[in-house]
Amino acid sequence: GSISGKIIDEANQPLPGAAVFIDGTSLGTQTDVNGNYKISGIKSGNVSVTVRFVGYVEQKKQVTISTTPLVLNFSLVPENKSLNEVVVIGYGSVAKKDLTGAVTAVSSKDFQRGNIVSPEQLIAGKVSGVQITSNSGAPGSGSTIRIRGGASLNASNDPLIVIDGVPVSVGAISGAANPLSLINPNDIETFTVLKDASATAIYGSRASNGVILITTKKGSSGKPVVSFNSQLSASTLGSQIDVLSAQELRDYVTNNPRATAQYIGYLGESNTNWQNEIYQTATNSDNNLSISGAVKNIPYRVAVGYLDQRGVLLRDKLNRTSGSLSVTPKFFDNHLKVDVNVKGSLSKSRFANQGAIGAALQFDPTQPVYEENIFGGFFEYANGSGANAVPNPNAPRNPMGLIMQREDNSEVNRSLGNIQLDYMFHFLPELHANLNLGYDVAKGTGSTFVPEFAAQSFSTRGSRTQYLQEINNKIGEFYLNYNKNLRSLNSNINVTAGYGYYDNRTTNFNYPNLRANGDVIPGTEPTFPFDIPRNNLQSYYGRMIYTLSDKYIVSASIRTDGSSRFSEDVRWGVFPSASFTWRAKSESFLQNVQSLSDLKLRVSYGITGQQDGISNFSYLPNYAVSQNDSQYQFGNQFFNLFVPIAYDSNIKWEETETYNAGIDYGFLNNRINGSIDVYFKKTKDLLANVPIPVGSNFNNFLLTNIGNVENRGLEFNISADAIKTKDFNWNLGFNLTLNRSRITNLTLVPDPNFNILVGGFSGGTGGTIQTHSVGFEPFSFYVYKQVYDTNGKPLEGVYEDLNNDGVISEAGDLYRYKSPAPDALLGFSTQLNYKKWSFSTVLRANFGNYMYNNVASNFGVERNILNPSGYVANATSEIFRSQFINNQYLSDYYIENASFLRMDNIGLGYNLGRLSKASSANLRLNLNCQNVFVISNYSGLDPEIGNGIDFSLYPRPRTFSLGLNLDF
Amino acid sequence: CTKDLDLRPTNDLTSESAFTGLNGYKQVLAKVYGSYALTGNSGPGSSDLGGIDAGTSDFLRLYWNAQELTSDEAICAWNDPGLPELNFQTWTPGNVLLRGLYTRSLFQITVANEFLRESTDDKLSGRGLSQADLAEIKRFRAEARFLRAFQYWVLMDLFGNPPFITENDAVGKFLPNQIKRAALFTYIETELKAIEADMAAPRTNEYGRADQAAVWALLARMYLNAEVYLGAGNAKYTDAITYSSRVINAGYTLMPTFRNLFRADNNVNNPEVILSINYDGIKSLNNGGTTFLINSSINAAMSPATFGVPNGGWGGNRAKQTLPLLFDDRSGNTDRRAMFFDGKLNVDDVSAFTDGLASTKFSNLTSAGVAAPSSNGTFASTDFPLFRLAEMFLIYAEAVKRGGSGGTEAQAITYLNRLRTRAYNGSTAGNITSYNLDYILAEKGREFYWEAHRRTDLIRFQKYTSDAYLWPFKGGVKAGKGLESFRTIFPIPSADVIANPNLIQNTGY
Repeated sequence: GSISGKIIDEANQPLPGAAVFIDGTSLGTQTDVNGNYKISGIKSGNVSVTVRFVGYVEQKKQVTISTTPLVLNFSLVPENKSLNEVVVIGYGSVAKKDLTGAVTAVSSKDFQRGNIVSPEQLIAGKVSGVQITSNSGAPGSGSTIRIRGGASLNASNDPLIVIDGVPVSVGAISGAANPLSLINPNDIETFTVLKDASATAIYGSRASNGVILITTKKGSSGKPVVSFNSQLSASTLGSQIDVLSAQELRDYVTNNPRATAQYIGYLGESNTNWQNEIYQTATNSDNNLSISGAVKNIPYRVAVGYLDQRGVLLRDKLNRTSGSLSVTPKFFDNHLKVDVNVKGSLSKSRFANQGAIGAALQFDPTQPVYEENIFGGFFEYANGSGANAVPNPNAPRNPMGLIMQREDNSEVNRSLGNIQLDYMFHFLPELHANLNLGYDVAKGTGSTFVPEFAAQSFSTRGSRTQYLQEINNKIGEFYLNYNKNLRSLNSNINVTAGYGYYDNRTTNFNYPNLRANGDVIPGTEPTFPFDIPRNNLQSYYGRMIYTLSDKYIVSASIRTDGSSRFSEDVRWGVFPSASFTWRAKSESFLQNVQSLSDLKLRVSYGITGQQDGISNFSYLPNYAVSQNDSQYQFGNQFFNLFVPIAYDSNIKWEETETYNAGIDYGFLNNRINGSIDVYFKKTKDLLANVPIPVGSNFNNFLLTNIGNVENRGLEFNISADAIKTKDFNWNLGFNLTLNRSRITNLTLVPDPNFNILVGGFSGGTGGTIQTHSVGFEPFSFYVYKQVYDTNGKPLEGVYEDLNNDGVISEAGDLYRYKSPAPDALLGFSTQLNYKKWSFSTVLRANFGNYMYNNVASNFGVERNILNPSGYVANATSEIFRSQFINNQYLSDYYIENASFLRMDNIGLGYNLGRLSKASSANLRLNLNCQNVFVISNYSGLDPEIGNGIDFSLYPRPRTFSLGLNLDF
Repeated sequence: CTKDLDLRPTNDLTSESAFTGLNGYKQVLAKVYGSYALTGNSGPGSSDLGGIDAGTSDFLRLYWNAQELTSDEAICAWNDPGLPELNFQTWTPGNVLLRGLYTRSLFQITVANEFLRESTDDKLSGRGLSQADLAEIKRFRAEARFLRAFQYWVLMDLFGNPPFITENDAVGKFLPNQIKRAALFTYIETELKAIEADMAAPRTNEYGRADQAAVWALLARMYLNAEVYLGAGNAKYTDAITYSSRVINAGYTLMPTFRNLFRADNNVNNPEVILSINYDGIKSLNNGGTTFLINSSINAAMSPATFGVPNGGWGGNRAKQTLPLLFDDRSGNTDRRAMFFDGKLNVDDVSAFTDGLASTKFSNLTSAGVAAPSSNGTFASTDFPLFRLAEMFLIYAEAVKRGGSGGTEAQAITYLNRLRTRAYNGSTAGNITSYNLDYILAEKGREFYWEAHRRTDLIRFQKYTSDAYLWPFKGGVKAGKGLESFRTIFPIPSADVIANPNLIQNTGY
């Protein structure tokens, strides 16, 4: 027999493309443009008909088939999307309404737009509690990601990133500015950020800094959908650092009573703006093609991408070709689900010499770029003349020479992928067995070349270097999941138990350094041809989620990790968590409150660990063999040294306890929804590189477990569909994060004066500007208190004598002043759709973050202009304000409030719709501007620098892009 | 699979694999010595120490700064952290350079202790070594103890009361005990006498390794300064004469040409040097040592190529006028030891390298005037004379003058005139017939300037803190002023006072 009918939506409009099938058979079809369908050839008898359409609640109807054609219409209702949306969690997924932890998912429709090259930038400003700071404006450069402020001082503060079940290496790959940039952002479907311990503890020892789960796009059933998008963009420098012009410098020197004739004599006749010379307007293009569909019920998606990006710094370039393949078939009547993902990328970079950025600030603008000389025609400060000229070793090098006379190329190939088998037992469908085998391999290779005559490597007669690194990480995971509705108890139980094996192995090959002509620079022959750093982690984990009456959810997890980085005595760590969730909305007294669509309360507690940042063998009493340029002579023979290495035989995991309480809410059928979380994180056995009693080990510093840090904070999210009509939609999203970190303990012995000096700055030798001190935020600035005259001008070298001992000394007069960590992060996104037009923007703000203006402290002094080393250099215009003669590196004058409001992105889109009546091709166009503006009182170039020390940042460009999307 | 958690490094050695055969022991011994020559194990950018810039963390650079910048000899133009306080004698316990020196000295001691722990009879017995090997290792042990004693002497001289660790302490995070200056004197004296017999006879060991004469030379130096370390009334001038005489009689002779002591080939045909710190412009690189001494003492305008460092010339250290004024004729034409680059004598502006005469004593040219190999035209191959015969002559003369027995003034004058004759290029025109203590101090300055002796000498002559003897910028004022009396020893670095509650800060800080 046959059935036919029409499928309509809640507005009685036909739903084209809805899937209709007869359960338990291979019979099925899709509705046509008018929402009609017909299935014939059905055996007589009772059958179940299912209709499915994305975004609508699935419907089933039982009918009896006979030889008479049957008419069967369906009226679908939209699902309450946000609550039933499936959210991935560690080793599984749950409906959003059943989430027990602080988890935020961002899907592709909410990503940042424009010329996004590295995946993490997709969610910048979108998630409360997550701070994403791009490291620089260089092509493919990475970002610093901090979830809830990070937990550690010296160990890593980077979150664990898991792509389709494969934990990926975010450590450096030789030749790649940023390992994440090797993943094509266009392949990503969702980001899920796990924040509290209830969500993260299942990842045990790698979870203290939060976990980011990335899922990539998969194929769907139906006929192939081809999607092509192309983007052309241009990046320009927003602004320059204000340095003296050639004329200002000339005036400064000639009118200066301290400038001897010698200095006036150094001045040249040219007017060079070095920043104009080294920066360019860069053009980029990004093209992506994907095809997804199903072949014989095997869904697939293939995608290729080609990115060509240039930097605003001359000669900077990145080409990335990426491909991905996903196949997700099901076998044995859907009992076996197979998920295969393979991603690969080939990227080629040409790195510009970033030394030019700082050099452009201080190089004398009265000198020309080019000159007839032996240094390849680039003007240089040199001693001697003609063929005997030697570059002045203390002077900066010609910025253009630095760029044009250095070749630095790399090629990095990376692939990661996995195969995941999920088998639902035939005899016990509540039980699943899941096997996940994955890999992450990369090969980075590259070389640099500086010609013999270039001033930058004059002392070694040019240079040639090369490197090669191979990364080979393997993972294997197996778990069993038992999920059963216990109707008699009105409850559900969901239990998972598994094992994981993770092996990380890198091979670094060593090469000698060569002169430009290929001769080995003596002493640089490597002692060993290669090194294979390796570590291994093995884990057992379990989780139980018990839900009673759909109202009360109790969840607990435990993981035990063993790491090769620790001695057998402390090798295994245990990381438990527990949480309780109350779905208040399901209580009878709230069920009838129509305006409230969701209310859920969560509390959780758990312990996570952290081991990244510990070297592979720091618990072993090993000896290193010195390099060939570090030998010692006895008689006429040179000996490589055997060197005992400092070790801590008891080094172990850092442990973070997290307490979290949160509310998820929704109003007006979830048109307004969001969450509020408060958390308290306490890290103990903190890994810190601390001064230890001198003489007690083979170094005076040791990375060891010492001290505690506490983080507390509040996160608030709200998203609202302010207007939701057929033609006009307006969505607003806002998030707020407050975070505060305190060091509560640091040392073997409690001493209030104990400091760990950190934050090396440029200028002088070996100075630091920050400190870790008990009772203060990590990385607090550690500075002298500047004294000002009545006009507000800082008095050079005059500081407050804070300990009243009559002398100004680092021992008692430095004080802790502010820190680079913001007190508050705000994110705001909005999207307007009107008919075929769409408009979107993302704004971010940081408050209470401070910056050390190292550009000003290093270059903004007379000593830099009238340089004692025999040349004139340039200064920042700040010198007119401070009028400092000598560098005052440690003055709090240079610590500035760097709070800012930045518009990350503004975009306009137009959907042309179908190109013609007959064609299924759909075209969208969009125009985008990134890094639109920054509002800040900070006097330097950019107020957003992760470590709070501003020195020759690669400027973040302003990028305009034009894109088109074609789907058919 | 849990077997995979037991990983071992690819290239690093364990203590078992490091100490296999004589060569393994020798390579660890090379680290014991290398600890005062190099900053680390992986080239000039690496450091054994934390909390200090790698290039600044070598022994000689730090020791030199502490002994010379704080005296009437040298002043530095740089602004590097900690340097201005040494220039002006206003250092505090937080001074990063003093912390570096303290840590470097204790580091070498720690490595020496490790060698001693791994070369006990117990450990040796299981390692399949021949009798000859065992005899050689016994000598290595004595040398490791010598280097440890030398660094304890440095710590005693500069910091007075350092932490005290020996091979009997474990490696970990424990709190070493502090030793008082007088007790440390006894320890060093006992150690040196205990190892004397196990050391090679003078001038029989390999170049660069200590022998009996080094032991005697250190004892002589220590005895000469005994009153400083042990307090007034504890003079040991007779012992100073005894041990300086042993060195003098051990077969050393003066290097015929003074300047060749400080040239790149001073490792060959050098009859005068008893123990040197060895550097090589290709195989033993660091930005301290003689590379620092040579490059920091000249600037790019002085044509660095004529000092064997064509790409060098850092323009930092030059003489306070008190130093060239020790010479009647500072041109170098009469007294050849006056090696200054002609320029402005007086230091008016500390940050102007050209204020004050540049010292050209150290050079990376060989005695033949050829630049020694250097991997980048900056690194030097010149070795630094830690002990040389001339010092023994001066110790002898001073100890005799101060009332020690076992020597005569006549003999002393003979020794002093050997230095004068060499200085005057073989002429006796500069010879003396009598001398007083002031002469000794001035002559020590003429003979040993830029060799990191000066602070110790000024303290012994009680001229260091006194306002009766001033030098430019002493105490931070241009005309000079007296220093607080406690400044004859440096503070224990505050970082270690905090890390190690067993330490009590030196008086005054």
